[in-house]
Amino acid sequence: MRNLPLDSDDTGCDTDREKPVLQIEDLAIQIGGSAARPVIRNVSYDIKPGETLCVVGESGSGKSVTSLAIMGLLPDALRSCGGRVLLDGEDVLKASPARLRELRATRMAMIFQEPMTALNPAETIGRQIDEVLRIHTKLGRKERRRRVLAMLESVHLPDIERIYDAYPHQLSGGQRQRVVISIALILRPKLLIADEPTTALDVTTQKQILALIRELQQKHNTAVLFITHDFGVVAEIADRIVVMNSGQVIEVGTREEILAHPREAYTRMLVSSVPSLVPKRREAERNEVVLDVCGLSKTYADKRLFRRGRPVAAAQDVNLTLRRGEIVGIVGESGSGKSTVARCIVRLLDPTSGTIRIHGSDIAQTSRSHLRPFRRRIQIVFQDPYRSLNPRVKVGDAVVEGLLNFGTPRDDAMAKAKNLLRTVGLDEEAIHRYPHQFSGGQRQRICIARALALEPDVLVADEAVSALDVSVQAQVLRLLDEIRERTGIAVLFITHDLRVAAQICDGIVVMQNGRIIEAGPAEEVLTAPRQAYTRTLIEAAPGRGWDFQNFRPLQIDSAKPADAMQPKQIH
Amino acid sequence: MLAYVVRRLLATLPVIVMVAVVVFAMLRLTPGDPAAIIAGNDATAEQLQQIRQSMGLDKPIYQQLIQWIAQLLQGDLGVSLLSGTPVLGMIGDRMGPSLVLAISTITLTVIIAIPLGVTAAWRQGRLLDRAIMTLSVFGFSVPTFVIGYLLVYLFSIQMGWLPVQGYRPLSDGFGPFAERLILPVLALSTVYIALIARITRSSIIEVMGEDFIRTARAKGANEHVVLMRHALRNAAVPILTIIGIGMASLISGVVVTESVFNLPGLGRLVVEAVLARDYPVIQGLILLFSFIYIMINLAVDLLYPVFDPRIRY
Amino acid sequence: MPSSANHAPAETNTELMNGPSLSLQDAQYLAPSLLAQLISALRSVPALVAFVVIVTVVLVALLAPFLGTVDPVAIDPASRLSRVSAEHWLGTDAFGRDTYSRVIYGARVSLLVGAGATLMSLVLGVLIGVIAGYFRTADAVVMRIMDGIMAIPSILLAIALVSLTGGSLLTVLAAITIPEVPRVVRLVRGVILTVRTEPYVEAAISLGTGTPTLLVRHMLPNTIAPLIVQGTYIFAAAILIEATLSFLGAGLPPEIPSWGNMMSEGRMYFQLLPGLILYPGVLLAATLLSVNVLGDVLRDVLDPKMARKS
Repeated sequence: MRNLPLDSDDTGCDTDREKPVLQIEDLAIQIGGSAARPVIRNVSYDIKPGETLCVVGESGSGKSVTSLAIMGLLPDALRSCGGRVLLDGEDVLKASPARLRELRATRMAMIFQEPMTALNPAETIGRQIDEVLRIHTKLGRKERRRRVLAMLESVHLPDIERIYDAYPHQLSGGQRQRVVISIALILRPKLLIADEPTTALDVTTQKQILALIRELQQKHNTAVLFITHDFGVVAEIADRIVVMNSGQVIEVGTREEILAHPREAYTRMLVSSVPSLVPKRREAERNEVVLDVCGLSKTYADKRLFRRGRPVAAAQDVNLTLRRGEIVGIVGESGSGKSTVARCIVRLLDPTSGTIRIHGSDIAQTSRSHLRPFRRRIQIVFQDPYRSLNPRVKVGDAVVEGLLNFGTPRDDAMAKAKNLLRTVGLDEEAIHRYPHQFSGGQRQRICIARALALEPDVLVADEAVSALDVSVQAQVLRLLDEIRERTGIAVLFITHDLRVAAQICDGIVVMQNGRIIEAGPAEEVLTAPRQAYTRTLIEAAPGRGWDFQNFRPLQIDSAKPADAMQPKQIH
Repeated sequence: MLAYVVRRLLATLPVIVMVAVVVFAMLRLTPGDPAAIIAGNDATAEQLQQIRQSMGLDKPIYQQLIQWIAQLLQGDLGVSLLSGTPVLGMIGDRMGPSLVLAISTITLTVIIAIPLGVTAAWRQGRLLDRAIMTLSVFGFSVPTFVIGYLLVYLFSIQMGWLPVQGYRPLSDGFGPFAERLILPVLALSTVYIALIARITRSSIIEVMGEDFIRTARAKGANEHVVLMRHALRNAAVPILTIIGIGMASLISGVVVTESVFNLPGLGRLVVEAVLARDYPVIQGLILLFSFIYIMINLAVDLLYPVFDPRIRY
Repeated sequence: MPSSANHAPAETNTELMNGPSLSLQDAQYLAPSLLAQLISALRSVPALVAFVVIVTVVLVALLAPFLGTVDPVAIDPASRLSRVSAEHWLGTDAFGRDTYSRVIYGARVSLLVGAGATLMSLVLGVLIGVIAGYFRTADAVVMRIMDGIMAIPSILLAIALVSLTGGSLLTVLAAITIPEVPRVVRLVRGVILTVRTEPYVEAAISLGTGTPTLLVRHMLPNTIAPLIVQGTYIFAAAILIEATLSFLGAGLPPEIPSWGNMMSEGRMYFQLLPGLILYPGVLLAATLLSVNVLGDVLRDVLDPKMARKS
């Protein structure tokens, strides 16, 4: 796939001779007009035609800000305060607003993270793409329409005449991202900036979009600046990699240099934090069953006037068991019903039918008031660490809330809270502080401590590490594993990320469209999937041919049918 | 689309019924004998009995409610206690000046307020924006009747340019008709212009923060296009909503303005009825104004799909 | 469908806004010392001016008897409709009552009505709003009634209520309060419905926290900031509605020296003595203006989300 002439090998000898499309030299960006320390400093990198440069970094690393600076789209609060950004030799930092507008879409174009909101909801797809041609060309109406339709065709959208007249809300996320790509590439710019373009998409859609970008890039020899936090994607598509942290470039190198031989400690830490798709081997637990879900279903009545409510099944006939000390993962794409199941099990939702037995007692239909004694047996940790803690309640009070509800005296509860905070790796003085004084990872630790305070039998982790940076994610996963070892708690781990599941789960349940389609020990499901959908999911996981923790291609052969997205070879 | 229209129509029914029930309940839930409340303190027993009969107050409450709704469905708003004429007929006689006042005000408002709001949003944070916003706070803080009297003081008493008050129908010629309308419309528009300019500004500013605006800029669109084509259209729904909701204050404003300028419209009729304790007329007018208000908001709802294709079921 | 995972949204969404050194969430969830925020709100010039005006009006209302006033209801047929003089600083009205004293005492009436109606509509609104938002069974009925009340233009509703009950301070207060209640109900219900699905509330539910604690500790504090803002606007609206009602002759009894009553009585003599309307009118406008400016400033500080919306 990667053998076009301009796409040279990764040592970069060929491309070195070519003039870069974009050169960034010592770029600095500051907040407002203040003379404060710049938020971006000494950023330098360049991209050559046909090259894919991945800028990776954790949140707050400044990777997106840099890309907006290139487009001249920095928010008002930020402005560049030094350095040069040369696009084809022209410094865009010095360009007039009119000149910048001329350059956009013609020389440089950008696609964004959120396809759902990136398109104007009040205009048809055709008009929105057409607008680029109207702004930058003098083509007639017929010719413009022809060009737009051709573009829609080249991003492989079906039924292009219909899509031309459709509104964004009538398209799926993946289709909308294709439209955004059409807008960006219709005038064949030399530089395409892709800012986390697949982060909001499911893995299978992500795979298709990555393939599409690659295809169009090769057709037009476009330079792609790809911003991402996902090392899987990086391993998949990068020619060269820029690692950023705290507004600075940490390291620049070819894909192999960064992934296999990182020079900087930060890069090493980052790369080795990426969980591997290879499941850990663990002895099967034969402890007693603590949670037994049987035939669980949740249907929503779609209330409509004049029409019989068409019931929508968010979860159907879900069966699973969880033993003491076991971690079972529920994986699936968005809309698969995995969160519905989790929320039914902790009874934040009322299941339509089925049983949920905790230590033998069924709580599926228990009324809210009788549920209370069972609440302490099962606890939940949510995805978003910023919204999981009441900003007005001190950490200590948050952790003891459950204990106080069940009658523990306050002093005892506080003593226990201190203990728990130490367990999750925080200082016990944290009890006196408010949530806003902690980082996302620390807050997630606090949430875990709060959930553990009642000594539940089951912990439901609903995408509990999905919002965390990869390095923090690794720490929280380790913490969960430790807690399981020490307390024998059973964990139901809901995630969209197969890597994370592989890292921590003993058993894996795969869901699709509200149903379980495959279940079994993690190793079996991930290495020898029985269902086609499971295989599709595994194959769509980006960078699965690379063993990040060991800085080398994956040795053992697991689940690797030859497919188009196989990572290219590294010499 | 048709389903949407039908759905919106049906959704207004309960509100209309609720308004009727609230108006019905107001009289009955007020402590004391409703007939005595209506007739006042120095009514004779005969008068009381007559009021009870004519308004059906002698029947059980549920029968009264059913009768009340049934009458309303037939368009029967009752009979004035003072003149004995049907309330509906009185409304018809006094409709003209109020309609003229309201329609001129809305037209003037939309013509002035939306460009003002767009301009303010475009110059957000700059001097022009601050000037417009300051004027707007003044506009909706100063009560309509104070503005009315200030205008009269300036233009009629001091300058002598326009008549102090009064109304002439259009049939008396456009000049006399228009010169008596200028000040009332100006006085009434002020609040409304201020309100809608503010909403237009803040709606546009909110839309300007959306992702698709960034997409438009990334296309190389200039700020004018971004503002007028992408932002204004998407801000239309909240602006329309406020125009609809603002009708309530417009109606209140009509009552006040007609009193200040002595226009013989429905607003004046309300005040006359209050002073004469003519409760059936008050009731009828409240129902009428609420009905108009609900219908305008229904019309606004039905306009939504024109601006936002997502609202189309 | 309540679908699951957003893929690492916190990661990228926040980055653009904040850069490395600050975080959006931090700014949003800063431990809310309400008082400190309120004080910081007064740093802008218009806010300060508005604040000074309001404090002045309050002081004037409190100190009315000591500000060189005479009895505001004392009738003096000998000096009817007199112009500005040493004895009557702003002249007298048709009954010979001292305009200056009446304007000063009028501040008392306005503030009293404003504060009373605001307090009553907030209390009622929060109660009903909590019932509608938290106890979902009551929601449909309660909200239909609120819709019904809101569909009646508030001045008309107030006029009707006053005309039924006769104008007294209490009935006017009630007539002003009732139309405002649905607005508070909607606000509180909206906040509760939103907060219900916040993970920290769901976490509290799973911790077995009971309804009273859930409401008082985790939900209602979220309504405080918007309620302060809304309260300011209701305060202004109440003053305006009282003045309007009295102006139309459907408000407080005519002997009470309220600004609206004064303007109502001044109408007949407007061409002769415009001051009878203009003095109370200007004071009324200045008070309303200050309250609204303060409301805007409070909104910008306390409720940035609402600031963008309305």
